[in-house]
Amino acid sequence: MLKEIRPAIFVLLALTLITGLLYPLAMTAVAGLVFPAQAEGSLITRNGEVIGSALIGQEFKDDRYFHGRPSATSTADPNDATKTVAAPYNAANSAGSNLGPTSKALADRVKEDVDKLKAENPAQAVPVDLVTTSASGLDPDISPEAALFQVPRVAKARGISEDRVRALVASTTEGRLIGLLGEPRVNVLALNLALDAAKPQ
Amino acid sequence: MTVIGWFQILLYCAVVVALAKPLGWYMTRVFNGERTFLSPVLRPVESAIYWIGGVDERREQHWLTYTIAMLLFHVGGFLIIYGVMRLQAVLPFNPAGQSAVAEDLSFNTAISFLTNTNWQNYGGESTVSYLVQMLGLTHQNFLSAATGIVLAMALIRGFSRASARTVGNFWVDVTRCTLYVLLPLCIVYTLFLVSQGIPQTLGPYVEATTLEGAKQTIAVGPVASQVAIKMLGTNGGGFFNANAAHPFENPTALSNFIQMLSIFTLGAALTNVFGRMVGNQRQGWAILAAMGVLFIAGVAITYWAEANGSSTLNALGLTGGNMEGKEVRFGIVASSLFAVITTAASCGAVNAMHDSFTALGGMIPLINMQLGEIIVGGVGAGLYGMLLFVVLAIFVAGLMVGRTPEYVGKKIEAREVKMAMLAILVLPLMYLGWTAVAVVLPSAVASMANAGPHGFTEVLYAFTSATANNGSAFAGLTGNTFFYNLTLASSMFVGRFFMIIPAMAIAGSLAEKKSIPPSAGTLPTTGGLFVGLVVGVILIIGGLTFFPALALGPIVEHLAMTAGTVF
Repeated sequence: MLKEIRPAIFVLLALTLITGLLYPLAMTAVAGLVFPAQAEGSLITRNGEVIGSALIGQEFKDDRYFHGRPSATSTADPNDATKTVAAPYNAANSAGSNLGPTSKALADRVKEDVDKLKAENPAQAVPVDLVTTSASGLDPDISPEAALFQVPRVAKARGISEDRVRALVASTTEGRLIGLLGEPRVNVLALNLALDAAKPQ
Repeated sequence: MTVIGWFQILLYCAVVVALAKPLGWYMTRVFNGERTFLSPVLRPVESAIYWIGGVDERREQHWLTYTIAMLLFHVGGFLIIYGVMRLQAVLPFNPAGQSAVAEDLSFNTAISFLTNTNWQNYGGESTVSYLVQMLGLTHQNFLSAATGIVLAMALIRGFSRASARTVGNFWVDVTRCTLYVLLPLCIVYTLFLVSQGIPQTLGPYVEATTLEGAKQTIAVGPVASQVAIKMLGTNGGGFFNANAAHPFENPTALSNFIQMLSIFTLGAALTNVFGRMVGNQRQGWAILAAMGVLFIAGVAITYWAEANGSSTLNALGLTGGNMEGKEVRFGIVASSLFAVITTAASCGAVNAMHDSFTALGGMIPLINMQLGEIIVGGVGAGLYGMLLFVVLAIFVAGLMVGRTPEYVGKKIEAREVKMAMLAILVLPLMYLGWTAVAVVLPSAVASMANAGPHGFTEVLYAFTSATANNGSAFAGLTGNTFFYNLTLASSMFVGRFFMIIPAMAIAGSLAEKKSIPPSAGTLPTTGGLFVGLVVGVILIIGGLTFFPALALGPIVEHLAMTAGTVF
């Protein structure tokens, strides 16, 4: 057994250095050279200012913008560090709601959201992803149905035609990979940037 | 359920099976010490490690020495993780200024990563520095995975050798596994992940001003290099709190598909290694087939349950299944499939929140873990877990025909069966025992996030996941309390080592036996009858052990849900 103590120290240290420092640091250097934009977090800048990441959802409340999914992320309560308060799309503390299928809190929350959305657009069925929180609380996407659902509101708030907004949704929609993998989706930030960029008629 | 959904599932299964053979061929060469195409680069590094460690690579070890070496290796690993977590505030690579992690949480995390569980009582981006992520967690992701693989190799050698005193050299196996198998795969894999959008940077968290003018702090870091080994090594501990649901850990449909593949590839390939080393690849395919039957059944149930959704929400006129706690880019099918894969293997990464799954959809992951994660399983751990069930199945078959059971030329006798039973029984002792304690302690009950039977399932899931070294969670449960930090750590420890030590004892005792040629009375172990027998034994033992606990949790919750009850 004593004979095993030397390798237990030195083989461990050697493998620790290789896998725990050399490997991640070398990969950081290579990734920064080969895929610099992705390695930094796929950041989007406008007028020289970082406005977010293409992959991370952000909160939209204004009627002029498409809204993302509800988010269950939180942050430490500024008044009491032992508690947390709701902070949607907090990209420094990803989390889901973790409410189960028989949770009254979940049923009440969804009902309230469904009622609100029905009032906004009575013509269409409420898409399920618009009233359910995502797993990360940072879902950048909504389903194409959820985007189309919001078209009348956005068009009215911006004073542009619904057809124009619908065309923007269509051009931002991403399909399944090779027609098979994943789900069709619309990146909310990309869609809203396209909206802002679209010239008024 | 949709046709396109099932096509995704079938494509996945096809690729896993297709990769098993070439990877199995390569791994067999590595563990037999033969030259590979990477030898010109890696051989000098390998020799240097043996030199500083004083390892004689030609000297093999008795199973007991092999096990002791493995345990000593873990003592050092524990000290490294615990040390960097406690000292992170004064160490470099800490741009977010994280303060020292508490003693009980550091202890829990160290045990968690050591045992390949990777239970996350810590929230990655909000608790630990980049140095902890790299030197503490990434490093142990490699080594705990390598440990699992080499222990499976030792057991395989037990079956394949005859009249031998030794089962290999732990230091050689663990070094070769890390250098020749895990590291090269991870280097390629990391670059692929970065190309998909996973960050790999040492820079500070990004401050953004959103379109609506709000401030958003975006956590980044050396994510891709950790995610690569987290998946390949079936570790599952996320860089971020939300794990593979976080868009930075799993940004696209393609990254998701490859991540699912990488959970199963090495484990599935090990069945092929087993077949090759015992001299008949069909022995390996038979084991993979038994795993496949259980896997497809699990996927079908979870997919069906999630696609049907919760009747509470459906009553509000919503269609499209249960999307609470799921990401749009994965949808129902890729989330359900991921959940079954991650619990069939001992990965525990999640791309959707299992706590928000429907009662039956969330029950399958629970069952997968309670069966001991033998469906492909953790790298290595899955194979030795499955071989324990094979020993039992062979024993049962032997009782039926009144002959001494034998498997791949080895007589299975009292010692092997006793050890297999010990390993199999210790798991329910931990997860049922601690759950029983937790539900009568008011302070432990207070950690539940959901009321009613779902709260019970949260606790049962936690101890099951810890014991099975999975690491996924019904994450509503507040696990970062003194009680859970210690009890979960004990479950992880017992679940890992009290399975490994009996498995190693079996390896040693089998290696010493003579190999006997098959006779007319030998049960063929490559056909459908054998596969059916193994699946039957797994389900009967599993069913008898944990059905009562499931009845109190997910089953009663499902009935409550269909009756429209909420808690």
